[in-house]
Amino acid sequence: MKNRRPNGRYGDDKVIDACAVFGVMNLSGESIAFRDPVRAMNCMQERTNGLGSGFAVYGIYPDYKDAYAFHIMYMDHHVKQPVENFLEKNFRVLLKEEIPTSEAEVWKPPLTWRYFVEPIPLRVRTKERSEEDYVLDRVMEINTSKIGSALVFSSGKNMGVFKGVGYPEDIAQYFCLDEYEGYMWICHGRYPTNTPGWWGGAHPFNILDWSVAHNGELSSYGVNWRFLKTYGYKCTMQTDTEVITYAFDLLVGRHGIPVEVVSKILAPPFWDEIDQMPENQRKLLVAFRQTYGDLLMNGPFSVITGRQGEMLCLTDRIKLRPLTVGINGDFMYMSSEEAAIRAVSPTLEKVWNPNGGEIVVGRIKASTVLEIQIASREMRKKL
Amino acid sequence: MKTYIPPEYIVERDITRCNKCKICVEECTYYVHFYSSEKDEVSSLNQNCINCQRCVVFCPKQAITIRRNPNLYREKFHWTHETIFTIKKQAETGSVVLTGMGCDKPHMTYWDKLLINASQVTNPSIDPLREPIEIRKYLGKKPKKLEFKNNGDTVSLKTDIAPQLLLETPIMFAAMSYGAVNLNVHKALAMAAAECGTYFNCGEGGLHPSLHHYGKHTIVQVASGRFGVNIDYLKVGAAVEIKIGQGAKPGIGGHLPGEKVNDEIAKTRMIPVGTDALSPAPHHDIYSIEDLKQLVYALKEVTDYKKPVAVKIAAVHNIAAIASGVVHSGADILVVDGVRGSTGAAPKVIRDNVGIPIELALASVDKRLRDEGIRGEVSIVASGGIRNSADLVKAIALGADAVYIGTAALIAIGCTLCQKCYTGKCPWGITTTDPKLARRVDPVAASKRLVNLITAWSIEIKEILGGMGMNYIESLRGNREQLRGVELTENELKVLGVKPAGY
Repeated sequence: MKNRRPNGRYGDDKVIDACAVFGVMNLSGESIAFRDPVRAMNCMQERTNGLGSGFAVYGIYPDYKDAYAFHIMYMDHHVKQPVENFLEKNFRVLLKEEIPTSEAEVWKPPLTWRYFVEPIPLRVRTKERSEEDYVLDRVMEINTSKIGSALVFSSGKNMGVFKGVGYPEDIAQYFCLDEYEGYMWICHGRYPTNTPGWWGGAHPFNILDWSVAHNGELSSYGVNWRFLKTYGYKCTMQTDTEVITYAFDLLVGRHGIPVEVVSKILAPPFWDEIDQMPENQRKLLVAFRQTYGDLLMNGPFSVITGRQGEMLCLTDRIKLRPLTVGINGDFMYMSSEEAAIRAVSPTLEKVWNPNGGEIVVGRIKASTVLEIQIASREMRKKL
Repeated sequence: MKTYIPPEYIVERDITRCNKCKICVEECTYYVHFYSSEKDEVSSLNQNCINCQRCVVFCPKQAITIRRNPNLYREKFHWTHETIFTIKKQAETGSVVLTGMGCDKPHMTYWDKLLINASQVTNPSIDPLREPIEIRKYLGKKPKKLEFKNNGDTVSLKTDIAPQLLLETPIMFAAMSYGAVNLNVHKALAMAAAECGTYFNCGEGGLHPSLHHYGKHTIVQVASGRFGVNIDYLKVGAAVEIKIGQGAKPGIGGHLPGEKVNDEIAKTRMIPVGTDALSPAPHHDIYSIEDLKQLVYALKEVTDYKKPVAVKIAAVHNIAAIASGVVHSGADILVVDGVRGSTGAAPKVIRDNVGIPIELALASVDKRLRDEGIRGEVSIVASGGIRNSADLVKAIALGADAVYIGTAALIAIGCTLCQKCYTGKCPWGITTTDPKLARRVDPVAASKRLVNLITAWSIEIKEILGGMGMNYIESLRGNREQLRGVELTENELKVLGVKPAGY
């Protein structure tokens, strides 16, 4: 894998790249080893520049499936003790250990530890706040540097994010991903534009159950974060991915809007189209745009996001970034490029490029693709 | 008393071009030009000239030039020509010096120190000729959260959304009362608003019955004088605006001189013909914020909660806190009018010295409401000196939902900003109720000019949005990341919430 950094014809080190996103899910919940996701990401090396890669893997901690698995980066070794004290104070820590790593071509890795924690019930102030809110607040406390340069970069149950500065296969090697198996992998290879390459800034971005891998740049970032701020979300990472994650959490998690419909808010149909819809549908979409207009993600993006048992993808409404979905048996693939899917699954039953603003949802237990499509179509009909 | 005031302007006539057609004599409402049949000569009285350019435009021979009188007083930094001029005027009249239009002092225009962003490489710009760019806006209170009903095979909305104003473009015509301007101007504004899918604010002098069928595109105003306010008026409008203050004259009332109050105006305003129409400085039923709440809800009651209620306030020092109070009093739309806001008549000393720039006011109001988590409770309309689509785009990036334009609209239909609106002799037929002069504004032609202006600005807004890689105007609202400041101090940048250019 030497000399993989593409070089211009005249050795001028011009690197012309973009981000790569890839997701694979086994719809009946069977485990998938690291080989396929890594091979797919390799195939899209042209789109990354080694300044950030990562994998979100679901279903990897069955022994602790009811505990929140915190993956924490310590940019500074001295903050480890205070952070652990903070965790002991607010959670019951079931297990703590250093995340196993091996020699790999990565750039200045920080110390990475994982903790399986359960909130102490008495400390979860009930009533208006759920357990998730409690955990979210504690994660935010650590991440907004109340304690120091420590970052909780993964905080869901029975899942984990592994990310850092390096090419995808190096990150996979560094974190010994050959030791993990999960039913869903969401992967990202980065070509940083807005923030410099650093370990915390690599993707996927995760908060509780949600992981997001995103290729794009949001022109509406300033509007999106200000809107989310009024709902208590603090955007600390200055990445567009963060606002997409919080938007999903707010809309799906807190406001109970079905995943299939969230696209009508993040990438809604144009007014011209809405004007011609049947009254009931029109009324709903107008209400969406009036209420959540500030969450419209403007500018180019393709995003793959997932939570326990669910993987979905979406592009901006005029499709300024590529996205392909492929299905083969129980495997569902979402990718920036079809070639990456073909690299791991040369034959596909179905492969298509979703339209701009059209959400595709893969859901575990839905035994066939047809059912998913029907579910999604019916939801659309209902609106 | 002999006047010591020299003429401000000199009228020059090129007699080699002049064919003595006397059009200038006819057009001038200030009796500058006159014809002597004895001498068969057109000549002029410089003392009367206000430099409105009416004669210049209408002279078929292009024989007239108006120059600033070069006979200025000795140059001094502190005692400017204008200062001396004003003192002499007051010494001769013992009066408050009146003026029209908005503040013309060189207070900083922050719009000119703010520059707009555009996409390069990492983010494609969008071509409005090929892709849709949406500038539709809804003004009004937005819910914090939507609730749904699942009726088995359909999903429907459970949340009732407060009444909204639909704008096809984020530009509305600011309040100009019937009386301050004449019916032709009102009609032109109403027609243009209807054609552009936006609204005109009829101001505080009521709405003439002949314009009631434009009600769907009219925002009716309730000011301290309550002129023309009756049940039909409130019901006919698309929204009701409570006018607390005006950028041109914060803290003071209004005065329409009796000479302007003719039959129709009297009827519309519901006052006797020829009487002065005086708007008190405060609303005498609003001495505090809780009183405002009562009026807001009284107006909502009377309109069956079907219309948004706007509250217009002038930008003054404590504007952010006041705005927050207004939102808590139930207003659906908050209008903030900056120091450059215009008027038909105001004391010059007030117009030029009271209030703060809209840019700073808007930025702090938007921030304050967001910090309090109540930004969604209200839409913000910015006004006061919006000159072009760039000012508008910058206003939206600082947090406005839409803007009002007054002066720009009048310029479109002929106004040359001579600042003499209060005399009622407007040579362009705008701020006059003299039927002979009012005829100079043809409602159809004037409305065409207004529609053209709105159309042109709308296209420009789309170009700018597309350049930034956005296809929806909402994505710019309060998006201060899209602005950078030049030549601004750290404090100014802080208030604006904008980074310096290059940062």
